[in-house]
Amino acid sequence: MFDNLAQIAAALGSGLWVTVWVTAVSFFFALVIGGVLATMHVSPAPPARWFATAYTGLFKNIPLLAVLFIMYFGLPKIGIALPNWQWAIIGLSTYTAAFVGETLRSGINSINLGQAEAARSIGLTFGQSLRNVILPQAFRTVIPPLGSLLTALVKNSSLVLAIGVTETSAMAQRLINDTDVHYNLWTVIIGVALCYLIVNLPISYFIRRAERRAEFAR
Amino acid sequence: MENATTTQTPLVQLSKVNKYFGDLHVLQDIDLTVMPGEVIVLIGPSGSGKSTLCRTINRLETIDSGDVKVDGRPLPAEGRALAELRSNVGMVFQHFNLFAHLNVLQNITLGPIKVRRMTKAKAEERARALLDRVGLSDKADSYPAQLSGGQQQRVAIARGLAMDPKLMMFDEPTSALDPEMINEVLDVMQDLAREGMTMVVVTHEMGFARRAADKVVFMADGQIVEVAPPADFFDNPQTARAQDFLSKVLSH
Repeated sequence: MFDNLAQIAAALGSGLWVTVWVTAVSFFFALVIGGVLATMHVSPAPPARWFATAYTGLFKNIPLLAVLFIMYFGLPKIGIALPNWQWAIIGLSTYTAAFVGETLRSGINSINLGQAEAARSIGLTFGQSLRNVILPQAFRTVIPPLGSLLTALVKNSSLVLAIGVTETSAMAQRLINDTDVHYNLWTVIIGVALCYLIVNLPISYFIRRAERRAEFAR
Repeated sequence: MENATTTQTPLVQLSKVNKYFGDLHVLQDIDLTVMPGEVIVLIGPSGSGKSTLCRTINRLETIDSGDVKVDGRPLPAEGRALAELRSNVGMVFQHFNLFAHLNVLQNITLGPIKVRRMTKAKAEERARALLDRVGLSDKADSYPAQLSGGQQQRVAIARGLAMDPKLMMFDEPTSALDPEMINEVLDVMQDLAREGMTMVVVTHEMGFARRAADKVVFMADGQIVEVAPPADFFDNPQTARAQDFLSKVLSH
């Protein structure tokens, strides 16, 4: 069971690094796109609301694997050629953005209407009241659900092995299929589980801390 | 209705304003003029449309027909022009609506800094002067949730005044307060009235109406039923609706 432990650790470790940066970059873009979607959802302009609704409905209801395949196999046919890792990031971030958008929107809706009325009554524009009054308060309520989305994204990122990105799970698959060495299956599988725990446990910890710190001073 | 000697333009002018909530005709052919420096107190039974009327003046409520002019200009639709107009019309709400994530000083300076492009130092200096005026100079660093209702409402008044508004509107400013806090808010409002601020006040405080109002506007069922100076209105109401209302609110 403990044969070739060093090789297994090295292989999974290099995969883990890919998991971490693909997740981090994807989450960054998911937050940006999700922020735009949430703003469109509450915007006074109907076309913006329609777009946000359509986007969310589409990406929330298609499996991530299908999103990845449509992008990776479909878009090159219309002349958009990108390296695998870029498709991985685009797929993960556009998919996760739908959930981030919904989370931010529920955060915005949780803020008392009086806050928005007071903001407008002192002459703030729609954008200014969103930035200065609504979002700072909404953000506090959405830290826990956003944290859950991040930990889910870490796990979801394992699906990009299907489009040939050598992250943690892809490395594990490679080890298991290696007929020359015969790595112990259980060592590899438990190693993979440990890899995801190593990333997600600290995230959960920091989310809990951030949540506590963001509580209103009262 | 207006005295004929004045040649000023009205600060607020509503003509033939109608509004419906579904089938409910909440504002019916409302005509109302507010001259600069005037204190108008809107009274009437619950559901008579007073708050809605007040909120149409800065377009927190849209109207279905008629027109609203503020400072001689028709009320703009959404967008920057409307934001600009609202910055000149202060509003105090029943439930204070202080920004929960900002401290008292930040609540008061947000508008001047973001809308009036005032420097932070200048805005804070003025905010402290306003806090002093509403008797809360020691609360600059407190958060809304740490203040009593009366204190929060006085901060809300300071927040409105920080924009140097041409008009201050008060939508039932004391209705959510414990009885012992009502007077601290009414005192601030009465000082403002005395200093010549133009005010539209929706309230159930008859004592305040009698002392501070130039005109009492009595509403019932979405209509303006009676407009009179407070002494005339309270001592000699002309309509049966007003007599009935006053007999209920003044009897104890």
